[in-house]
This record gives sequence, structure tokens and C-alpha cells, in this order.
Amino acid sequence: MCDTAVTPGSSVAGAGRTVPQGGDSNGPRVVLGVEAPLKLECGAELGPFTVAYQTWGTLNADKSNAVLVCHALTGDQYVLGTNPITGRQGWWPFMVGPGKVVDTDRYFVICANVLGGCMGTTGPKEIDPETGRPYGLGFPVITIADMVRAQAMLLDHLGIPDLFCVIGGSMGGMQVLQWAAAHPERVFAAVPIACAAKHSAQNIGFHEVGRQAVMADPNWRGGDYLRYGVNPRSGLAVARMAAHITYLSETALHQKFGRSLQDRDALSFGFDADFQVESYLRHQGSSFVDRFDANSYLYITRAMDYFDLAADYGGSLAAAFAGTRTRFCVVSFTSDWLFPTAENRAIVHALNAVAANVSFVEIDTDKGHDSFLLDEPELFETLRGFLNGAAEHRGLNGGGGSEG
Amino acid sequence: MNPARRRGPPTGLRVDLMIIADMVEEGSRVLDVGCGDGMLLAHLSRAKRVDGRGIEISQAGVNACVAQGLSVVQGDADRDLDAYPDDSFDYVILSQTLQATHNPRKVLECLLRIGRRAIVSFPNFGYWGVRWQLLLRGRMPVTDTLPENWYDTPNIHLCTIRDFIILCREIGITIDRRISVTHEGKASVFHSTGFLANLMGEQGVFLLSRNAR
Repeated sequence: MCDTAVTPGSSVAGAGRTVPQGGDSNGPRVVLGVEAPLKLECGAELGPFTVAYQTWGTLNADKSNAVLVCHALTGDQYVLGTNPITGRQGWWPFMVGPGKVVDTDRYFVICANVLGGCMGTTGPKEIDPETGRPYGLGFPVITIADMVRAQAMLLDHLGIPDLFCVIGGSMGGMQVLQWAAAHPERVFAAVPIACAAKHSAQNIGFHEVGRQAVMADPNWRGGDYLRYGVNPRSGLAVARMAAHITYLSETALHQKFGRSLQDRDALSFGFDADFQVESYLRHQGSSFVDRFDANSYLYITRAMDYFDLAADYGGSLAAAFAGTRTRFCVVSFTSDWLFPTAENRAIVHALNAVAANVSFVEIDTDKGHDSFLLDEPELFETLRGFLNGAAEHRGLNGGGGSEG
Repeated sequence: MNPARRRGPPTGLRVDLMIIADMVEEGSRVLDVGCGDGMLLAHLSRAKRVDGRGIEISQAGVNACVAQGLSVVQGDADRDLDAYPDDSFDYVILSQTLQATHNPRKVLECLLRIGRRAIVSFPNFGYWGVRWQLLLRGRMPVTDTLPENWYDTPNIHLCTIRDFIILCREIGITIDRRISVTHEGKASVFHSTGFLANLMGEQGVFLLSRNAR
């Protein structure tokens, strides 16, 4: 998949300036907030700041076929193709690509690394221009709304007035909801998957465990580890191990591992990874720290914790969507205990209360929260129907790329 | 809800659904409660260009609807109608579903709170074939519109055409059109309490509105 088949922003005089890509292959980056900084929810101002993003497909003449993919907590802009950081396949090849539900032959697909991330967009590991050192904990606390504002600025830069669709799972779904609430006129269709309009106490609890694990690692050094040339690897790995359990389900873990032993015939009567599940989680933890920044993990989990869409609208979630003309498709998974169906249904009820155009499907699967990343034919079948229906209303006729 | 009670080829519309579709004005806003696999909604979107939405209790039905581009949510007529605001639809349709709700009276009132008009179809328990099976065989009736045995039927609040008319009168609902459909699929408009319709009709289809006050 070649990225940047077009560079639609080049003609749009900019809200930002494109950064020369130099030798690295990390894709396009743009510096935004040069003229006016981004006002963050916490009161701080950020700017100029960088957003790293990827695109696939071609923007049509009407600029009506843009799809924004929002990534989850530990995701990035490398939706498909090879991720240059990890050397592994992008994170959503089942959903996005030529002939897939989010069809890159038909739509212009954009995905940007979120604000606070560590894949090229400004976050705590980047250099603070004021001090010349990495931000560390000097980076302002950001929110889902801030992430979405940064994405909106990216669209302004790219010259894309509005989006045919915003789609994402988990924290990506939160961004989808924020987009639909804050910029209803820029969102034709919204697909929040396996998410919630507010982060639950249980989920805040899990995140706090992860953050405490990071901060308890002596190498964290009060967030200044980059200055000391160390990395809180074990703390971040433990955070990832705990979080990874929440992304699966008891059934999935049981079917995958049961009580099977790892490379041995008997218990060791010690604290080695006797069980396959232990070995698996250790691997998940250690491979995660190779690609993710510990402080970014703190900041992005915090952004999710702070998310409570109704709170911004006088406590009424319905008010967040009042008068919306966006077409919604809310998706949940039966075995997702992180963002259970009830939380997704609450979004549906709020949309019903404002007579919004909403579909809601619950996919029957035992694979847990991470189902949205996996090969779930029923998920694709229903979303394909939803997007085709929306494309018809948008005047994007089927039959690859004939529009425009 | 809404088990397959179809006549004719699978592409054709059930008789009661055709009658319902005829009652709906072009370009109106329609909510189909218990929309099954979306056959009526799809027909209305195509033939009458309605802005259609659906609620369906079975997930398989919902997924089938959404996969064909219909706006449908998983939900239940007893529980999930409360979320909808007053007057948000021109028509709210309840086809072959009323008898399976826990609180049909409340559901009916909800339909006419959400919609300016409601269209309701249900199997008529006053149908002679039903009476015959009860009277002569002493068995719970099993017919084309009531295909399940008593122990596995979803139908918990069966009524006759006459019962329905009386309930509408009691809760201040105006019946604008009343149609009975025979076993052979012949539809006829009737008036008043419809003694004959209640005997000969295997199902009833009603167009309802709120009493003018």
C-alpha cells in the first residue's frame, strides 16, 4: 500500500507546514498550530506541534470520500502495510484495504497518531522547544477532545472540509463519539466500535494499576528516564500484561492456553513461566516496550479516564448529539468486558432520544474486547452494509473509484 | 419477535405487510418495531422513499438489516421505546409483534406517543379456525398465523379483533382504518366492531391515531 497517493493539502495554504521527511520512512508529518496554538482542555496551549499521519487511496474531486480512522490506546497511524517501527503488519488489515469494508479503492483513508502519542505526533517523548529536553511530565495532560481538535486541524491542513466517515474501536471509538458531538457538520457517518461515552470506574482502576506499575519502576526516574538514558521496561511491561488480559475474555484465554505448561512436562515449583499463559503475557509485555513510550502510556490512559462526553453537555449524553444528522452504527461484542454491550447501548439510547439515525449491532464472539481488530466476518458484513448504505446517501456510487 | 409467517415466494411481501405498506405516505418517517429481517423497511425505503428505522429483538435480524443498509437497533418493544422522543415519526409500525409484548397496552400508548400514527397488525384469536380448534378439539390452536405449540410460542398476549377495538376505545386511540385478512389473504375493510371480520379474519391490520382532544 503506497501512502499519500495524493497530497491534497499542498494547495490549501496552510494551517500548517509539511515537514520534510528526510531519511526516515515514517510517513508524512505536519507542523500545526504555528499561527495560533492549540488550546488544550487543561488550559495549557500547545503549538507549534507535529502530527504524523498516513493516507491511503485517492481523495475524489468533491472531497467527499474521506474516511478518518481513529486508533486505540496503543495503536498508531500504521493501519495497514508494514509498520516501519515494528516491521510487522499494520493493526487493521481485516477492516481497511483494497476491497475491504473501508475500501481504499473507494475512499481516501487517513489515520493520524494521536496527540500525546509516540509515533511521530507530539507527545511526552518529543523535545520541548522551551527547554530543549524531552517533555516528560512537563507535557500537558491531554484529553480525547484535544486529540480530536488536533485531527480537525490536520483535516484543515489537508483541505478536507468534512468526512464521509469516522471509524474506530476502543479509544478510537471515543474519538469517533467526540468527533460526532463536537463537529457534527463534518461527520457524515460515525462508527464507534466497542467503546463507551465515559470511562467506567473499573476501567479507570485498570489504567491506574498500569500507571502505578510504570511509576514504580526505578528507571522511570520521575518521568525523566530519557534524560538518564534508561527506560522503565519492566514497569511498562507489567502494565501491558495486566491490560492485555482485559482485552481478551476468560473463554478466549481458556481456549488458547487452558492450564497448559510452557516447554515443560511438570510444574517447576518456582516462579518461572510454568504456564503458557504466563509466557504469552510476558512476551506481550516485552514486545510492547520495544515500540511504546512509557510516559505516552501514562498520558493516553489518562485521556481515556477523563473521557465523559455527557459531562461536557450538562450531564446529558443525548444533548451531546442534539440535532445531529450524522448516521451512526454502534458496534459491541458479546464477550467484551472492558466496554460491555450495556455501555454501547447507552450511546444508542442517547441517539434514539434525539431521533438520530442509528444502527446498533452486537457481534456474538468469545474473543473479547480485541475482537474489533480480528477477523470477524459478521462485523465486516454488517459494517459493509452500513457503509454502502451511507455511501449511497452521500452520492458515492459503488464500483471502485468511479465517483468524482 | 416476528417469526416468519410468510406466504408466497421469499422475495414477496407478506400480505399484512403489503396492506401496511399501502397505508404509509411517500417520504414519511417510519419506525418499524419488531422489523425482523427488514423486509418491510427495505420495501418502504425502495417503494415509498421513507426515512426508515427499525427495532428488532433478535440479533440475527438486526445484523441482516444493517448488512443491507437499513438503520436498525437491537432492542425490545417493552423496554426500548421509552428512549424515543414524542412525535419523532410519522408512522410507528408494529407488525405481528403486539401479542408477544409483556405490556401491550403500554406499548400501544408508546407507539402513539412516538408517532403521529401507528399501524398495528396481529393474529386474530377470534378467527373461526381458532375457535374451532378450541371448541371441538379442546386444543390450543395452531394456525398459519399462530404456528407454534402452546409451550414454545412467544405469543403471551393474544387477543381478538374485537378485544383490540375495545382496548383502543378505552385508552383514547382513534381507529382510522380497520382491515381483516382471511386465511386466503383476502383483505377487506370493515366498520364498527366487525362481528364478521372477527370471525372470518385470520389477522387484523389497523391504522391508528390519537384521539383529537
